[in-house]
Amino acid sequence: MATLSHLRALEAESIHIIREVVAQFQRPCLLYSIGKDSSVLLRLAQKAFYPGKIPFPLLHIDTTYEYPEMIEFRDRYTREIGAELLVYTNQEAVAAGANPYDLGTSKCCHQLRTRALVDGLKHYGFDAALGGARRDEEKSRAKERVFSLRDAHGQWDPKNQRPELWSLYNGHINKGESVRVFPLSNWTEFDVWQYIHEDSIPLVPLYFAEPREVVVREGSLIPVQPNVKFLPGEVSETQVCRMRSLGCTPCTGAIRSQADSVLTIIDELKEFKRSERENRVIDHDQDGSMELKKREGYF
Amino acid sequence: MAAVLNVPTVLPLHSFLAQQGDRDLLRFSTAGSVDDGKSTLIGRLLHDAGGAFEDQIAAVKASKINRAGEGKVDFSLLTDGLKAEREQGITIDVAYRYFATPRRKFIIADTPGHEEYTRNMATGASTCEAAVVLVDVRHGPTDQSRRHARIARLLGIRHVIVAVNKMDLVGWSETAFRKVVNAFEGAYHVPISALEGDNVVAQSAHMPWYRGPALLDLLETLPVGQEAQTAFRLPVQLVIRPDARFRGFAGQIAGGRVRVGDMVTALPSGREAQVTRIVTYDGDLAEAVAPMSVTLVLDREIDLSRGAMIVSGDKPESARRIHAQAVAMQHEGLVEGREYLLRHTAQVVPARLIKGSLPMNGIGEVELEITKPLYFDPYTFNRSTGAFVLIDRLSNNTVGAGMIDRAARAPRRVSAARQAAAWLRKAADKLEQFSDGAGI
Repeated sequence: MATLSHLRALEAESIHIIREVVAQFQRPCLLYSIGKDSSVLLRLAQKAFYPGKIPFPLLHIDTTYEYPEMIEFRDRYTREIGAELLVYTNQEAVAAGANPYDLGTSKCCHQLRTRALVDGLKHYGFDAALGGARRDEEKSRAKERVFSLRDAHGQWDPKNQRPELWSLYNGHINKGESVRVFPLSNWTEFDVWQYIHEDSIPLVPLYFAEPREVVVREGSLIPVQPNVKFLPGEVSETQVCRMRSLGCTPCTGAIRSQADSVLTIIDELKEFKRSERENRVIDHDQDGSMELKKREGYF
Repeated sequence: MAAVLNVPTVLPLHSFLAQQGDRDLLRFSTAGSVDDGKSTLIGRLLHDAGGAFEDQIAAVKASKINRAGEGKVDFSLLTDGLKAEREQGITIDVAYRYFATPRRKFIIADTPGHEEYTRNMATGASTCEAAVVLVDVRHGPTDQSRRHARIARLLGIRHVIVAVNKMDLVGWSETAFRKVVNAFEGAYHVPISALEGDNVVAQSAHMPWYRGPALLDLLETLPVGQEAQTAFRLPVQLVIRPDARFRGFAGQIAGGRVRVGDMVTALPSGREAQVTRIVTYDGDLAEAVAPMSVTLVLDREIDLSRGAMIVSGDKPESARRIHAQAVAMQHEGLVEGREYLLRHTAQVVPARLIKGSLPMNGIGEVELEITKPLYFDPYTFNRSTGAFVLIDRLSNNTVGAGMIDRAARAPRRVSAARQAAAWLRKAADKLEQFSDGAGI
């Protein structure tokens, strides 16, 4: 046992971070989005406190535009591992009929994700929220600290981040402030898949290829769901495809792929030349789009 | 050249995965300005080793901003992720980038070079085992490259690699290269052309006089994982006790290794115990090594909570007064006489700066007095147990970072000692409010 493999070194770092959160905060939670990164984060949380149970609740921000498979998986899996699950929705926006077609993706996302997240954290009084974001996802994320301070309005100030040296994380906050914590900061998409393979982590079936009814919209394959509207001239077709990352039904495209298992996905990933968030409409609707959303409190 | 680094597609998947599993991890920092060619270098490493994606490169090409010159790709836009950075053409905060070769995985901490953002440079360099300092061969070392090298050495980075760039612009001249080597100390010097790719991923045909490795070759072969060679240290983060039958001490091993059956010492109590189990979710282990996160079970009930340390082998030092190299990281600097919260391993203790004020971005020697004895190793022996940060009690911001080199002598003058004793009593009374939650 000379040196740890890179994946086990990343695992050790993540577990250390998760334990620090429990030690340093009064009321932490884990933001559970049901996606592959959340699934890895959840497993790491199980490992951090084993043989004890995860000592904080999971919080899912339900936009009401989630795929039914995701909700089914969420309820079954969290029950199976005995985790406490909380679900929060911006009911006001939903009642007012918020949707990406009338509001535009940017405003819709602000209402149903950003607003809901900031309100949800406040509603339950969480002072720290663990999230599965990774620095390799997007260039403003590449700049973020592991312990990322948010002011009383849940906002991020990228030009004034706390120094964060070694593995000494500063969780000291004033009343009203909170911290977002990213234990997977240094993981890449590839690392996540390799870990899912090595540790046999269960995933939502949407990640695996099968024939699905889709509409082709600006090069993206949007799976047909009851709440996905057809634009003029659009017709549905059947394509063998899978989701590379999961978001709301109208705003996350599938990719053409035959990969129907973790191993075949890894095989496919070796050949990929395009980044995983390319199919996320919200990242591209304005210049510096993710940074703006994060400043406002987006996860 | 690029094809050498790409994972061979003919490799069967199972052997590909086995190879993935064997690779270790090297973190290295880079610093410098666009003018030194830093972004071009990173861009080339990412691009040639497959760490950048086509759509990201396309977005860079489509950007309104381009400082690389017409027809060239401005790779700095790949790493300068903040709007303010792209607009001003400077790096403000550290950006992390990732790439891999068949031999190793890499994390690049791309740090700012401006003095104003020294804290961000230190943030990026603190976890690195190597630093690539860029120097333009035509101009020699700049303030930024000197600062980067200085901070890298201060932070205990053994492998400072001086990449002497733009060799193409001096006709691949060995004399020009030697001039930089003589002017600027480093563990390694590599003559490169980031723009043309010479000595970046493959040996250059233009510089037969250079017999050393190409930059990537060097990064792939530097030794890593030396924290496993030191004496055993486990700072206790949490006590895990799901029921009356189980009591385990959870933490990340900060040095050395531990085996079931080892006798260990709990600090500060000094009580000894035997390790009966090394518990992980994936099953018990017979042995664990730094930097693994584990949970230890001991054979007898001893007083151990968050902030304590389990050790074996050479004992760490213990002192109430410590001497350290420190960096001041906020506008107010570090002020002699002021009280801070000192975060060290898994504990937070009030500490007073008794010697050595520093202005913002200042680096220098300081002495601190702590309310209770601190167990530490000199930073040069162990980066985890020798490092601390200082936190301002009002703003909660991290205002300083330090590397302990030794225990400091006790105050000579009686009056000073009395003052210190009175302060320690007062501070100890307040200690309780800073103690983190002890267990779950």
